[in-house]
Amino acid sequence: MAHFPKPTEGSWTEHYPEIGTAPVDYEDSISPEHHELERKAIFERTWLNVGRVERLARNGNYFTKELDAAGTSVIVLRDKDGEVRAFHNICRHRGNKLVWNDYPREETSGTCRQITCKYHGWRYDLDGALNFVQQESEFFGLDKADYGLVPVRCEVWEGFIFVNMDPDAEPLRDYLGELAAGLEGYPFHEMTAVHTYRAEVGSNWKLFIDAFMEFYHAPVLHARQAVADESRKLQQYGYEALAYEIAGPHSMISSWGGMSPPKDESMVKPIERVVRSGLFGPWDRPIDIDLPPAVNPARHPAWGTDSFLFFPNFMLLIWAPNWYLTYHYWPTSYNTHIFETSLCFVPPKTSRERLAQELACVTFKEYGLQDGNTLEATQSMIERRVVREFPLNDQEIALRHLHQTARQYVADYTASLETPVQISAVS
Amino acid sequence: MPHLPEPFADLEPFAATWCLASERERYAQRLASTMDEMQTFYDAAFPRLEAAMAYLDQFPLDALPDDALHLMWLLYSLVQVSFPVEVWRQPRVPDSGAASIDAVVEPPV
Repeated sequence: MAHFPKPTEGSWTEHYPEIGTAPVDYEDSISPEHHELERKAIFERTWLNVGRVERLARNGNYFTKELDAAGTSVIVLRDKDGEVRAFHNICRHRGNKLVWNDYPREETSGTCRQITCKYHGWRYDLDGALNFVQQESEFFGLDKADYGLVPVRCEVWEGFIFVNMDPDAEPLRDYLGELAAGLEGYPFHEMTAVHTYRAEVGSNWKLFIDAFMEFYHAPVLHARQAVADESRKLQQYGYEALAYEIAGPHSMISSWGGMSPPKDESMVKPIERVVRSGLFGPWDRPIDIDLPPAVNPARHPAWGTDSFLFFPNFMLLIWAPNWYLTYHYWPTSYNTHIFETSLCFVPPKTSRERLAQELACVTFKEYGLQDGNTLEATQSMIERRVVREFPLNDQEIALRHLHQTARQYVADYTASLETPVQISAVS
Repeated sequence: MPHLPEPFADLEPFAATWCLASERERYAQRLASTMDEMQTFYDAAFPRLEAAMAYLDQFPLDALPDDALHLMWLLYSLVQVSFPVEVWRQPRVPDSGAASIDAVVEPPV
């Protein structure tokens, strides 16, 4: 019942033979030991997206980012020369967290000329140099040049700011590879009307990526969000993607979606008909865009959205009506993480356009709440280990690849250690 | 108390409850409301939605007079309650249990 062509091998999964087709062991999502290794092997060694350059519009703008999984907090700022930099958020004197307000574990942002420690008043220039020590003469042979802020690798791709704890990491653009190269030129910088949501989720971080890198679930889990006739049609039809691509540790899924605007308005809910918007976004496109080659790679006329996963935890979704959103999944333990999403639109010129964006955001949250609650249910049961292996279908190729990639990073890291770490309970 | 532009005086009874500036307030009001309350608001406001959007489009979005801004907030609330009214028949997303997703950054208007 194929609706869209698959590769000549007969399936997307077999097109990438290294991925395999066997049932998948989910131990990587329930083992505390594996999670500790993921922190070292993945989150301390790969490029992590911490936000957009629009948050640092002017010199002196800064924000902090809590990176539990990488074992640190970073300050990201634009210095006096306009360069974007990142530092570990720690004072060189006695280790106080340098930038925070009221609650040390909450993120903050603002504008400053220099950074002053709350504790003893040490001050740092925006390039990280220590420029003032309170009662400097009390110290013993202290040379301020030796006590600058500890830098973190920081590079920007298409306005997305990334950090990497590994000083020897390959350059960001090389790491992001061909999928990212194929996205270059998309006008992310024009989509500055941002709605950000945050949730604490009771599951391993990879389980939420699983939920957003397949749409096999969509006609079932989200059945009631469509009008009844449409919902029945969608379930009979099932779900098939237009295309999948795997590129190094990264992947993408290209999806159809004819809801923006729908062919037949009776397919959608009353509010959508009047506001002219919905899950796929406002029906009336704010700008014209020549899509870069990585977007809608099948060049299919029914294309609706592409989901890119840049390993480990950054997803970028490009929608046909010319807007985008990001997902981030920040592990806080083996079975908890913080989920963040930002929906980014061309700034609305009229109230009508603004309301259409509001409906897209509210709709996103309705779907997200259904997706999010399913995860806790999954996590709690796979932790029982009554069932250990799960059959993933061809529309779940990106999940298979994600878990395989995470396991491979851990295996490579473990092998690189002089004394191999014993992993208990990993088969 | 927020008041609405004169042509929308018929929606004034809903202003105190539903003219809310932030998504957090609107979502909380939805969860705190009964289906009857939201159905009554929806039945009054939905037929006025097109006229309200046409009215608001007279003004630049960043320079809405106070009463027009209140009308905008009321329309955001209408969008919010459309899910319980049109889809779920209950205030909360079914099976969403303890899950929550909080808006932490919103545009100024």
